[in-house]
Amino acid sequence: MKAANSSRSKSEISFIVNGDRKTMRVHPMERLLDVLRQELGLTGAKEGCGEGECGSCSVLLDGILVNSCLIPVLQAKDSVILTIEGLAGIAELNCLQEAFLECGGAQCGICTPGMILAASYLLQHKPQATMEDIREGLSGNLCRCTGYSQIFEAVAEASRRKATA
Amino acid sequence: MTTGRIVGASVPRKEGRDKLTGKAQYVDDMQLPGMLYGATVRSRIPRGKIKKITFGPGIAWDEFTVVSAKDIPGKNCIALIVDDQSCLADGIVNHQEEPILLLAHADRHALPKAVDSIAIEYDPLPAIFTIEESESQSQIIWGTDNTFKTYLVEKGDVDGIWERADHIVEGEYTTGAQEQLYIENNGMIAAFDPQHGVTVWGSLQCPFYIHKALMSLCNLPADKVRVVQMETGGAFGGKEEYPSIIAGHAALLAIKSGCPVKIIYDRMEDMAATTKRHPSRTRHRTAVTKDGKILGGEIEFTIDGGAYTTLSPVVVSRGAIHAGGPYYRPNVRIRARAMATNAPPHGAFRGFGAPQSLFAVERHMNRIAQTVGLTPVEIRQRNFLKPGQTTTTEQAIRENIDLEKLLDRALQLSDYHSMKKRFAGENATGPAKKGIGIAAFLHGAGFTGSGERNLGSVVEVEACADGSVRVLVSSTEFGQGTKTVLCQIVAETLRIGYEDVTIAQADTDDVPNSGPTVASRTVMVVGKLVQSAALGIKQTLTAAGVIRPAYSAQEFRAACRAYVAAHGALRSSARFEAPSDVFWDDEKYRGEAYAAFAWAVYIAAVTVDMTTYSVSVDDFLALQEVGKVLHPVLARGQIAGGVAQAIGYTLYEKVVWQNGRMQNSQMTNYIMPTSVDLPPMRVFFEEMGNIHGAFGAKGIGELPMDGPAPAILNAVEDALQVSFDSIPLLPEDIYEKLASEAVVETEFR
Amino acid sequence: MVQYAAGKLPARKLVSVWNLPELRRIETFPDEIRIGAGCTYTDLRQNAIIRREFQLLANAAGWTGGIANQNRGTLGGNIANASPAADSLPALLAYEAELVLVSVRGERRVPYVNFHTAYKKTKHAADELIRAVCLRRRFLDYFCYSRKVGARRAQAISKVCVAALGRLKGPIVQDLRVAVGSVAPVPLRLVETELVVKGKAIDQALLSVAGRTATAEISPIDDIRSTMRYRAKVTGNLVAEFLQKLAASAKNE
Repeated sequence: MKAANSSRSKSEISFIVNGDRKTMRVHPMERLLDVLRQELGLTGAKEGCGEGECGSCSVLLDGILVNSCLIPVLQAKDSVILTIEGLAGIAELNCLQEAFLECGGAQCGICTPGMILAASYLLQHKPQATMEDIREGLSGNLCRCTGYSQIFEAVAEASRRKATA
Repeated sequence: MTTGRIVGASVPRKEGRDKLTGKAQYVDDMQLPGMLYGATVRSRIPRGKIKKITFGPGIAWDEFTVVSAKDIPGKNCIALIVDDQSCLADGIVNHQEEPILLLAHADRHALPKAVDSIAIEYDPLPAIFTIEESESQSQIIWGTDNTFKTYLVEKGDVDGIWERADHIVEGEYTTGAQEQLYIENNGMIAAFDPQHGVTVWGSLQCPFYIHKALMSLCNLPADKVRVVQMETGGAFGGKEEYPSIIAGHAALLAIKSGCPVKIIYDRMEDMAATTKRHPSRTRHRTAVTKDGKILGGEIEFTIDGGAYTTLSPVVVSRGAIHAGGPYYRPNVRIRARAMATNAPPHGAFRGFGAPQSLFAVERHMNRIAQTVGLTPVEIRQRNFLKPGQTTTTEQAIRENIDLEKLLDRALQLSDYHSMKKRFAGENATGPAKKGIGIAAFLHGAGFTGSGERNLGSVVEVEACADGSVRVLVSSTEFGQGTKTVLCQIVAETLRIGYEDVTIAQADTDDVPNSGPTVASRTVMVVGKLVQSAALGIKQTLTAAGVIRPAYSAQEFRAACRAYVAAHGALRSSARFEAPSDVFWDDEKYRGEAYAAFAWAVYIAAVTVDMTTYSVSVDDFLALQEVGKVLHPVLARGQIAGGVAQAIGYTLYEKVVWQNGRMQNSQMTNYIMPTSVDLPPMRVFFEEMGNIHGAFGAKGIGELPMDGPAPAILNAVEDALQVSFDSIPLLPEDIYEKLASEAVVETEFR
Repeated sequence: MVQYAAGKLPARKLVSVWNLPELRRIETFPDEIRIGAGCTYTDLRQNAIIRREFQLLANAAGWTGGIANQNRGTLGGNIANASPAADSLPALLAYEAELVLVSVRGERRVPYVNFHTAYKKTKHAADELIRAVCLRRRFLDYFCYSRKVGARRAQAISKVCVAALGRLKGPIVQDLRVAVGSVAPVPLRLVETELVVKGKAIDQALLSVAGRTATAEISPIDDIRSTMRYRAKVTGNLVAEFLQKLAASAKNE
């Protein structure tokens, strides 16, 4: 349960999410996570801890990996946001998602959207990520199911496939 | 052993695409029109009488729905084993965070302030927080002697062994609480209308546990209670019994307000208020011959159950049965007890008592080895259970298991002997100390003793109008792969495509009661039932003349369509029946405790940094025998995930208690391993053959929780030549022990 | 944000300083660099001059949280939040940083060393904003040592963290600076320890004296993350480790 300002003065905020421009009236200190989930119905970003520790709420904000639970929505004004829902087409999975499916990178699935966005951000910056890069790049995304090893395999596999594609 | 087309192949996880694209619906992703948000007002003392409740000023209380114990239509208890736990405290509280009142409001932002402005005055009563305080009975807080349950397991003649012993080895081992830390917090939505009764949607493991609890709490018949599992973001036992409380709370608010009500815990509430792994203390006294043969001995296994009974009797039972480890003990006496304290009730967590007692026995084996002058390898080789011998409950080992071979392979795979030699050399001079440790262990699959017989699980398989086949079970998916593996079993059984099989959402209106999703029982027990229900479909189709004995998947689909068009829905069910030759005595705790055991040898290599006293696990080898591996990727995922969780249990995860309340109830200070904290995990399976579950599969999910703690502490002992018998083992603990034993000089190196 | 969302910050007017270009620059001058207070840890980690000349700061930036936190957390925020456990602050002490504070009254430049006055208290006035952190470019020939001791390797709040610089002349310690976090109400420069080491050759006896002095200079506490005794001992161990490595660095050259 998260309380924001109870005298909830709202302002108009607009940004582009997954390619669509969205404009809404929200309290400027509302968390981006809540706006995505409640106002826009984009429930792929999850709340695991509410304090930037678990990474389940990861999204890309102007191409940068962030924890959306730590972003007051006013700081997302006029930005371009990518959530898990916008990562691939409706029917197909992208290369990372395919690799996660094959390698067992998703178990309960609650950390998965954040993990995939973090991995995607990593591979964008380090296409030939080493195991050390992968471990570091995902260290802000907690997973309690896998022990991470099959996630590492999936990211390494996606990196290989991208290199040979 | 059957090698199939689908069983044994790593098919894609059934719900995988939805999880990867963000489409999977977890309870907090669901909204209902007119829905209110619920919050819980909890006790802030560990024990006392509630004197007065004041609703503070500045809150528009008329906008809130408020529920207290007086509003409960049925019985104010959470129906489970013993009816001692209230749904809402009525006059007295017995632990911190005990629910007292419930609030609901349309604006979730209005709730925290309202909760904070309710002042509760108490007459505090003295509280107790440790097993020792509970045993001393300085305060009686539960029953007549603070004891939820005791068990006595006796085999042979223990009193006669001491004088024959060359060595008597004693040890005491303790383990701490552990938070399950599923990444999805607990949550429920409830709706009520007089015609349909109560429906709850939630994050949960056991739909019919909640169903039973709601019937009693809301005073409703079975057909007026419906429980639906949403996608569940991890559970590990933490969503076995506690969701009944949250479902009850949401239902009470929904009944009183007339609106749907959503309760989602935040992380602090989830960690502070819900269950954790039982802290434990195990004492061993073992008689051994000079060549290292165990003659027998006494084991005392005690757990801290917290304030109410919940599942503690079952947890202590499993811990007791596993307390002997995978060793032959001709004579043994095991006394096990679950004690009451004023901690929030401890509950189910992967392993369910076994990680605690197996930690003790595997540390104790090393102590015996030292006393006798054998290596950790030799002491285990000389005492391993062999086919035909009996366990502590006198269950004969009928499986063709060869633990010496399992150990040999693990030693080879880990390069144990050369590592041990190399470390001994390096440790003499280096600033970091390295060590390697072994744990050998077993884990019983399925409910204990007569448990499965009493459950009498039922499953159904349905031939659908579109030609597909649907599995109907109350067994839930929360990451382990339940949906995938049960569908594989049906596809393999019917020789149809994996994509032709679907599985129903676990909704108590639709699915039969296949029992709770616990105890590593789903693949072995439920899977076997699903297999026989699937065969029932084939028999019906064959009898109806719509398929020939040799058919293609396409022909099978056509046959289903034809049958359903002609005769209507076709469902085949199967009910668990215990084999007649299985003997179990609940009174004496003797007999076939489990239908099957999984067996394992784990080996950990560690480094202790002598500047910071922190332990890192450098390499982890997990070798296990779990029968037929139905899905290699999922199976490896279960092992690696369990090992990771157990490494956390061993080296990182400490619940800091103060006055019976968890102080570090945040992810920032309850430390679970991140991606940079875990070693490469090398997971291997040995298939030695068994006849139990579907296609020869046994339980797997809990096994990996059992071995890492003793393997790692045995490795630390190897590195430092100092013994540690308590987990979690933090750098602070290592420093204090080294300082007290003058291993660390007060001078700086 | 966490405090605010939990309703624990009183509702009041807030001003977002995120992404102001004036705060996000790293300016290079011949004798110093000026790091805008709004620079993120990722900015610090990626800056070539910081990586080469101010390794302690680059290392500390990499210790902080996960990648997403490093993309949003700022050096100015770390200073203003004034946690004694902040990862980057010992590095600023070791480099003898100066802060540029700005308000409607104008700019002032203050040494960072005494900026933190007590637990979570600083010298900056209510109407002042931290504008930049200035570091003198004169440490290229120093040996750098930094180490964070946390409960895990990532996403951890430190139990002890050390940032240290040292320079030898022959076997003699000509100059050194040792700063520590998490072992006092404020990040601390170990002035006494520096004094006992300076001008001496590093040997076993000096390691012991330095470790003891460091232990005496700090005031660690028992809290949810560690113990007083552990922090004291490990601080001494880390100082000793630094000196050993400093001595070894001479031999390697």
